[in-house]
Parts: sequence; C-alpha cells; structure tokens
Amino acid sequence: MADKKKLESSFKNMLIVLAAISLVSALAIGFTYTKTKPAAEKVQLEKSKKALEAVLPAFEKLGDKYEAEGCRLTPAYKGEELVGTAVEAVSNKGFGGDVQILVGFDAEGKIHNTAILSIKETPGLGSNMANPKFKDQVNGKDPENFKLSVKKDGGDVDAITAATISSRAFLDALNKAVAAYRSGKK
Amino acid sequence: MTGYILVFISAILVNNIVFAQFLGICPFLGVSNKVSTSVGMGAAVLFVMTLATTVTWLLYNLVLIPLNIAFMQTVAYILVIAALVQMVEIILKKVSQPLYQALGVFLPLITTNCAVLGVAILVTQKNYNLLQSVVYTIATALGFFLALVIFAGIRERLELYEIPEAMKGAPIALVTAGLLALAFMGFTGLIAVPW
Amino acid sequence: MSAWKEFTKGFIKENPTFVLLLGMCPTLGTTTSSINGLSMGLAATVVLICSNCVISLLKNVIPDKVRIPGFIVVIASFVTVVDLVMQAYLPDLYETLGLFIPLIVVNCIILGRAEAFASKNGVLLSAADGLGIGLGFTMSLTILGSVREILGNGSVFGFQFIPENIDKILLFIMPPGAFIALGFLIALVNHIKNRKAA
Repeated sequence: MADKKKLESSFKNMLIVLAAISLVSALAIGFTYTKTKPAAEKVQLEKSKKALEAVLPAFEKLGDKYEAEGCRLTPAYKGEELVGTAVEAVSNKGFGGDVQILVGFDAEGKIHNTAILSIKETPGLGSNMANPKFKDQVNGKDPENFKLSVKKDGGDVDAITAATISSRAFLDALNKAVAAYRSGKK
Repeated sequence: MTGYILVFISAILVNNIVFAQFLGICPFLGVSNKVSTSVGMGAAVLFVMTLATTVTWLLYNLVLIPLNIAFMQTVAYILVIAALVQMVEIILKKVSQPLYQALGVFLPLITTNCAVLGVAILVTQKNYNLLQSVVYTIATALGFFLALVIFAGIRERLELYEIPEAMKGAPIALVTAGLLALAFMGFTGLIAVPW
Repeated sequence: MSAWKEFTKGFIKENPTFVLLLGMCPTLGTTTSSINGLSMGLAATVVLICSNCVISLLKNVIPDKVRIPGFIVVIASFVTVVDLVMQAYLPDLYETLGLFIPLIVVNCIILGRAEAFASKNGVLLSAADGLGIGLGFTMSLTILGSVREILGNGSVFGFQFIPENIDKILLFIMPPGAFIALGFLIALVNHIKNRKAA
C-alpha cells in the first residue's frame, strides 16, 4: 500500500480534488437533510402541541396565533367557545440566559398551568424551575389578586431554594405573559 | 449604547467563554505556561475571531440563507475559518515581519480552536445583526484574552512550588482553572443582557 | 492481530482524554451527567470511524498540500449528517448537547487521528483505530459524567441513590466542578501509572 504514489500537489490536482470532495459532501448532506427534514419538523410540531396540551384546559381545536406586547398568543376552542389562551413569553433576566415559558390561561383569566420551553439555568438549582413544587404554585391563581413576585420582593410566590434570580426570571416572563394576555384578549 | 457596554461586561466577566461556556480549552491549557506567549495567543484569537465572525455572518446572510442551504453551515464556516487563517498568515508574513513573528506560531493552532467556530455559530443562532455580532465577538475574545493571561500568571507562580508527583502538569492546571472558574462564578447574575 | 492492538490502545495507553489531553471542550462542557457524557462520546465515535475510513480510502487521491482542508471537509460533512439525524430522531439529546455537536468538527482528536493514523494506514486498521480511540473517549466522558453526577446530584445514569432532600455537592455539576473533577481524575491516572512504573 505504502509504495503507491500520492497524487502530485499541482494546482490543477488540488483544485479538482477539493472541488470533488466538496461536491460529494454537499450532495451527501443535502440528501440527509431532505430525508430527515420531515421527521425534524414533526418533532418540533409535536413538542409544541404537547406543551399546549399541558398548559391549557381540555380543548378541541386551536385558533390562529396572534401577537400582543411582543408575545405569541394561541387561543383554544371547544366547539365555538373560547376555553383558554396560551401565551409564549421570554425573560432575559435568567441566571444563565433567556428563560422561555408557555403560560396557559383559562376562560376566566386564571393561570391554568405553565411549561418551561427552554432554560439555561444552573443544573440542580435554577433548573428546579421545571419542578412542580415551584411552578405549580401559580396554577389556578388569578393574577388580579395573586402577586406574581417572590416573597422576598413582597409577592406571594416561594422562590426556589438558592435560586432567587432564576425564580425572578420565571416570574418576569410570567408577568409579561399576563400583560400580553390582558392587552391581547379579544 | 448601554446595551453594548452590558454585552461587553457580560461576555468578559459573566459568561466568560472559557470558564462558563467551555470553548477554547485546548489553547487555554496548551499555551498558558508563560504570560508573554499567552498575550500573543490572545491577540491572535482576537484578530482571527473578529474577522471570522464578520465573514461567516456575511456568508450566512448573503449566501446560505438566500440559497436555502443553511444546513451547510458547519462545512461552510470551518472552510472559511481555515482559509482565513491561512490568508492572515500569508498577509502578515508579507506586510509586517514583527507582527508575524509575534503571532505567526499561534495561527495554525487557531483553525482547530473551537472558540472561533463556536462563536461564529453562536452568533448565527442568536440572530444578531452585523454590528451586534462584531461587538459580541470582540467582547468574547477579550474574555478569552483575560482568562488566558490571568491563568498564565498563576501558572508561572505554580512553577515555584512543590506539587505532588501525580498532580504535576495537567491535573494541577485543571484544578487551578476550576478555582478560577469558581471566582468568575461570583459575577453570575450581575447583569441582564439586553440582547 | 494488529487491528485488535489498534483497537485496544485507545482505552488506556493512548486514552485521548486522560493521557493525550485532547478534545477538552466537549469533555468539560457536556459531562454534567453520565448519560450526556456517554451520548457525546458516541456521537464523536460515529464521526471518528466514518472520517477515518473515508480518509484512509482517499489518502492517495488527496494532494499533500491540500490534505488538511480536504480532511476538514470530510469531517465536517459527517458531523453535519450526525447533527441532522440527531435533530430529527433524538431531539431531547440534541438540545442538551447543543453547540457541542457542530463543534465535533474542531475536536482535535478527530483531525489528529486523520492526520496521524488514517492518512497512513489501510481502511481496516483505520476503522479499528477510530473505534478504539472513539470508545476510549466515550469511556472517559462517561466516567467523568458519572463522577460529576454522583457527587453533584446523587445519581448515576438518572438513577437516584441519594434522596432528593439531602444536600449534594452541587459545585460538581457547575462549570468549576468540571475542571476540578477532571484534574483529579487525571491525577489518579498518573498516580496509577507512576506506581506501575516504580
């Protein structure tokens, strides 16, 4: 094997070989991309559907998404009746980066449930945000008479142990969602 | 304006690329024996990283997106970075001998410095505009510079101490880096990044 | 059995993480738990085997002067394929490993094996080399991930053996803990080696 001659490093050879490798690589990646694209899209779709089902009261169909105060709102219907609205909100006050959550409101404007879409908080501390013990505190509460801030700041929510900043970021996003829900309510 | 300053502070102290994001660890451990070499490496990274992010930003937004082939990102970026590094080396050699002598040896190492590719991809993911990208990159590179120089300073001192046989070399360097990272953790939550 | 020898060297003698100190970024960045370390290692192994094989096949066709760019394109292509496949079929894992998947491209282990081994040896040996080094890397990452998960979270592979309400050494899951845990693991390897030599 070793005595086989290597291709000479002439300009023409280099150009042809590199172009050929790049072409084959582009074809291979393009092929994989078209093959995996439907699966990847399905995964994204299912994920958002699951999140919506988790935060909203039982619904039959979803209405068209619309925007308010920079958040995305998705209304949910049972027959013709509006049973709830899901609001996507982001806070940049997290410990490790953006905190993105989905908040479901029922028809009376109470918080039905929340879901964490993406966080980069410290594992074991801020990541406990997804723990029901913390996030379910706000479930069933009406933002009109429940103060959405941590007790340290005079609110009604117990902060996550040793992760006040993460707790505040969650509530910041939640308050944005409430504001968007109020201004966007039809 | 305050936004840009906050991004600077965040990238240098709070989200330091070495201590919080684990990018560029190889050169961080490899060329941190002496303060003087670490300054050279830091400068070379600052230079190449800024250039690379600018070019990859243009490439992504003017070529890959219009052609609808964003999935070729990794291949395209690494090629651009490799070509850029070569070009910088050739130009430096012709234009400025002293600069070439100072930075030259570090340039080949930069192609495989994951911090350069990492920042280019991060900036794309975060959807920054060109100015934001460049500011973010310069700040990140300065953070790398700072981490590298501090670390080299400590390692120069470490040479003077007697260290258990098994801890010599990489282990003591890693533990030192861990303690430094711990110190940098004190900055977390300091500020909220506006974008 | 030289292929066997090429395969086994990656575990101890030329272990990329503990002995050669290559590929530090993913080693530190993704090992917050045993399962993350294992997955990262396996993703890198797939890329390493594929790139080693292809580069070994192409070694006589690529002119010397452009060999590095050529290798990089081959590696980057496999990385992109792994990236796309994971995005479609393993979305949760893809999110955890995040940026470190595309960054397999610049993992010094992979380019290093291409340059030092695959470009000089046949396909079978290169595949064995890739598999061995890759699994050695996977093993190291899994060990580091397990140590960090045990100390920091009281669990291993998600199995909780220290009750949730007892405080653990959270530091080990956070970035500084990665450096410290790896430092002591390498010291341990050195210690064992020194003892053997003495």
